[in-house]
Amino acid sequence: MSRYRIPGKGRVDPSAPVTFTFDGRRYQGLRGDTVASALLANGVHLMGRSFKYHRPRGAVTAGSEEPNALIGTSRGPGRFEPNTRATVQELRAGLVTESQNKWPSLAFDIGAVNDRAYMLFSAGFYYKTFMWPRSFWDKVYEPFIRAAAGLGKSPTEPDPDTYASRNLHTDVLVVGGGAAGISAALVAARSGARVVLVDENPEMGGSLLSDPSIRIDGQGSWAWLADQLSQLRAAGVKLMTRTTAIGYYHQNMLGLVERVTDHLDQPPQGAPRERMWHVRAQQVILAQGALEKPLVFDGNDRPGVMLAGAAQTYLNRYGVKVGDCAAVVTSHDSAYYAAFDLVDAGGRVAAIVDTRPTVRADLVEATRKRGIELLTGHTATATYGRLRVKGVRVNPVSGSRVGAGRKIACDALLISGGWTPSLHLFSHTKGSLRWDAESRTFLPDHKTEACQIAGAGRGLWGYGPALEDGVKAGMAAANALGRNATPTGARVEGDRPGTGTSQKELPTDRSAGKAKAFVDFQNDVTAKDIRLAVREGMRSIEHVKRYTTNGMATDQGKMSNINGLMIAADALGKEPPQVGLTTFRPPYTPTSFGAFAGYHKGATFELTRKTPIDPWAEAHGAVFEPVSLWRRAWYFPKAGEDMHAAVARECRATRASVGMFDASTLGKIEVAGPDAVEFMNRMYTNPWTKLAPGRCRYGLLLGEDGFIRDDGVIGRLSQDLFHVTTTTGGAARVLNMMEDYLQTEWPDLDVWLTSTTEQWATVAVNGPNARKVLAPLVEGLDMSDAAFPHMSVAECRVAGLPARLFRISFTGELGFEINVPARHGLALWKAIHEAGQAYDICPYGTETMHVLRAEKGYIIIGQDTDGTVTPQDAGLDWAIGKAKKDFVGKRSLSRPDIVAPNRKQLVGLLTEDGSKLEEGAQIVLDPNQKLPMTMAGHVTSSYDSTALGRPIAMALIQGGLSRMGETVHIPMPNGTIRAKVTSTNFYDPEGERLKA
Amino acid sequence: MSDVAQALGGASFTGFARVEELAPQGMISFRGDLSDPVVQEALRAATGLEMPAQRGIVQAEERALGWMSPDEAILLMPHAALGGVLVELRAALAGQHHLAVDVSDARVTFRLSGPGAREVLAKLAPVDLSPAAFAEGELRRTRVAQVAAAFWLSGAEEIALICFRSVARYVFDLLAVSAAEGGEVRAF
Repeated sequence: MSRYRIPGKGRVDPSAPVTFTFDGRRYQGLRGDTVASALLANGVHLMGRSFKYHRPRGAVTAGSEEPNALIGTSRGPGRFEPNTRATVQELRAGLVTESQNKWPSLAFDIGAVNDRAYMLFSAGFYYKTFMWPRSFWDKVYEPFIRAAAGLGKSPTEPDPDTYASRNLHTDVLVVGGGAAGISAALVAARSGARVVLVDENPEMGGSLLSDPSIRIDGQGSWAWLADQLSQLRAAGVKLMTRTTAIGYYHQNMLGLVERVTDHLDQPPQGAPRERMWHVRAQQVILAQGALEKPLVFDGNDRPGVMLAGAAQTYLNRYGVKVGDCAAVVTSHDSAYYAAFDLVDAGGRVAAIVDTRPTVRADLVEATRKRGIELLTGHTATATYGRLRVKGVRVNPVSGSRVGAGRKIACDALLISGGWTPSLHLFSHTKGSLRWDAESRTFLPDHKTEACQIAGAGRGLWGYGPALEDGVKAGMAAANALGRNATPTGARVEGDRPGTGTSQKELPTDRSAGKAKAFVDFQNDVTAKDIRLAVREGMRSIEHVKRYTTNGMATDQGKMSNINGLMIAADALGKEPPQVGLTTFRPPYTPTSFGAFAGYHKGATFELTRKTPIDPWAEAHGAVFEPVSLWRRAWYFPKAGEDMHAAVARECRATRASVGMFDASTLGKIEVAGPDAVEFMNRMYTNPWTKLAPGRCRYGLLLGEDGFIRDDGVIGRLSQDLFHVTTTTGGAARVLNMMEDYLQTEWPDLDVWLTSTTEQWATVAVNGPNARKVLAPLVEGLDMSDAAFPHMSVAECRVAGLPARLFRISFTGELGFEINVPARHGLALWKAIHEAGQAYDICPYGTETMHVLRAEKGYIIIGQDTDGTVTPQDAGLDWAIGKAKKDFVGKRSLSRPDIVAPNRKQLVGLLTEDGSKLEEGAQIVLDPNQKLPMTMAGHVTSSYDSTALGRPIAMALIQGGLSRMGETVHIPMPNGTIRAKVTSTNFYDPEGERLKA
Repeated sequence: MSDVAQALGGASFTGFARVEELAPQGMISFRGDLSDPVVQEALRAATGLEMPAQRGIVQAEERALGWMSPDEAILLMPHAALGGVLVELRAALAGQHHLAVDVSDARVTFRLSGPGAREVLAKLAPVDLSPAAFAEGELRRTRVAQVAAAFWLSGAEEIALICFRSVARYVFDLLAVSAAEGGEVRAF
């Protein structure tokens, strides 16, 4: 048995020893221990080094708010995790742990030199010191600071564990399994509601687990607890332990992280390490209790100094005495009970030092009875010891005068600066808080979500009031659900009521500037830092927080926020509510990336959309590129070909004979109804009224701002039916836009829309031999140019399959696009490929498609346009139905800015030296101007054109359309390139090939 | 027909529940005013099924009629019967503004079966899948992880799920990961 373990105390299993290591040394704890309780049982208080000053630190709490005892844990390769709270991590066999932020060792740490230089490292130190010379920030200061700062080391290997997620809906979610939460859950469940009760600890009970002396309804608190839990189970309540409510989001959605395997010696096969629960509750009850605060005085961070409530928990829950002789410094009644429990368990308490001048008579009496010295109206001004506290100096205070100090020897110093209602989750919902002047604390006020707050979270103290408040909250939740709940009562004996006060740093007997009185242990922020921030002009608590880092980082100010506020308010000469409180942010406790990622990793990280023809492309060695969420065949290299060679071959083959292309990803929308043509007239810039059934037209879609949003060929199948195509990336956006206008702007139009993007597989066949390849496969249609001219559409059969056949071209060649139901897409592709062998048909990918269209000056939305390009800018005025009364964006096209002369306009560029321009390269008019030069535009598309035997480019240039024939300049790292402004229609400008 | 390609070739996975890609079925997306008695009658005549209530689906043998929104319904039937249903619908609603489109190929259907079927889906869809809230006759249009999907109970321990064809692999992989042994939650 470890020296500090008290036989018969605690909820640990004395018959189940568990061996673990800390910094390479083997220790023994018991099943049920945390790493912190097991180390304390072995007399180890020194567990880490602090963030900035590398000061030796020990566990200051016994829970998830721990700022000091942060350790690395590991379970084999890839399973290392830094910054684990030793106060939360349960012991498991073979657990390997290490301390952080120390070198070469925890007991002797070089970094502690920072502590000696304390005066230098004050608030705003970085901002002031590292500003000069400016160029040093990136290369010298920041890397140095990053290396020196931080606590744990990031893992370097991929995490082999799996993480799960789960949705859950419930009537009532109760957060916090203490007295208030349990009574709330039971009342709500008995009203017939579905209830989930969640607690971050391995077992339910909250502070009841640390208060075994309480008696409820005639039973000891632990027996009562066991009885309540079985009643909860019987009432159908879902009990979730080791599960932290990390965030409270809109509409009563909470994120819970369940730690599934970290406590197990051997995780079961296939089990996830953590599971993120997305819980949607109709009613939420927050019963998270309160968090104890430290007192702020010089040396309040030495190992062995801990919160009184934590010492009580170590004693009662883990059977661990935190020292042989403790002293207590407090401003709250609760610390007395910790001292009493210690003495009653056979420990020694040298003195209780209370900052308050008077204390409740029964506490005074109970203190005397136990032979503990009581000093009221005192302050603490120093602690002694280095790696472990050896004593505390206390001084009487009268008025503002601090009297002579006296040293009290102790090896554990229990401090309590009162309690802060745990309202982090409430704060996530933007629930407002009000200042309670009497208890000097913030309490919940206005709620934004359907929630109740119960127990210590509302500033109530003692088990009687907590139980009663829980019942009230449970009834309120049940009533809000329209259920009848029956109130229950509980009789509490030996309750531990208490009051206390929150205060600024304690008065000291030395120069306040020299005192290292810590407010935020995790960020090493002292009272002096906060006062300095105020002196340097920070008025808002938000500025004080950011200047000092008080309340930032993973603990989100659980221990420090109120103390920091008290000091800032004092420095500003204001009341705390006038200074305000910073907002607590999710997550409530540090959460692994794995828990957030869940199933979204590896093959299921993101979806990849595939066409029905994708398997053929893959089998034939296609190289793919992502286009929005699709993967598309980019090019089809033959053996020994690089991309350039493959694309050149595909381009040549298509222009010389025939090529085939998988165009299935294009968006397709069925627009139907008696008002379909009117709807099309209003949506698109083009006129549609006179488009005959069986014909199609290029359509241009603008936003209200007059800028190009999308384009595509639109076929009219019958008087009342259009087959609209959109860009690949625009499919969903365009359908949404259409539905939006239809439902909100023009509900009078009789039109229905249905997306058919995925219904059709689409194969484009282009080239002078396209008709010769297709004609034998087509039934029920005269394919001749006279009967089926360019821009025609018909329903027919192709390769025996029902099809919609378009004669259109995105290459400038004779072209057809065949749509067949997706299940037949691959069959159609194969049939065309086979029929095309006589003409050496060439499958081509998106790169060749891009080159061929660029040779014709056809634009790609999002490449040649960027959301600021009008039809005029793109040279597409011809697509505007000028006689039309209205269409989306029409009004904007006459705005002064839109018709201004020097707008950027799309033109072609041909380099004088025959080099290929870089897409995105900036263009200037005068290459001899001083830096920084005035940019006149940029290159949007640039390709090697096999048809022209030279590179071509498209560019947006100021006043481009009026610069035909002019020379512009493209400054590049290796010299300035000269290029001539041309039309974008580089190839076959008369369009003869289309009409073949 | 050998050239009828299933998106995943009839893939399946067995964990604590079974996941299967089903053979393509006939599927019609119908747009029209579902509160119009003429429309209701046409749908009834074409499918032999009663109009389901909001978020509902009515199933019989190989046919089903699902409520997708106040102006959208989904009709399921054997693929061979689809042409006939379309003709019947269009005839019954001649002159009546509506849109009935064959979307059989736009979507794939998965079947989740076994006692853990609800558990699998509850990992992926933000839907209350408890037996109390999600019973036979209920249909949900929602998302599964990052994509749109719809599902309903097609049997006591059987869920039918449809999603777009292009994301079939993604959805199948997610369902398989979620159904893997060791990942049981047993919350229902």
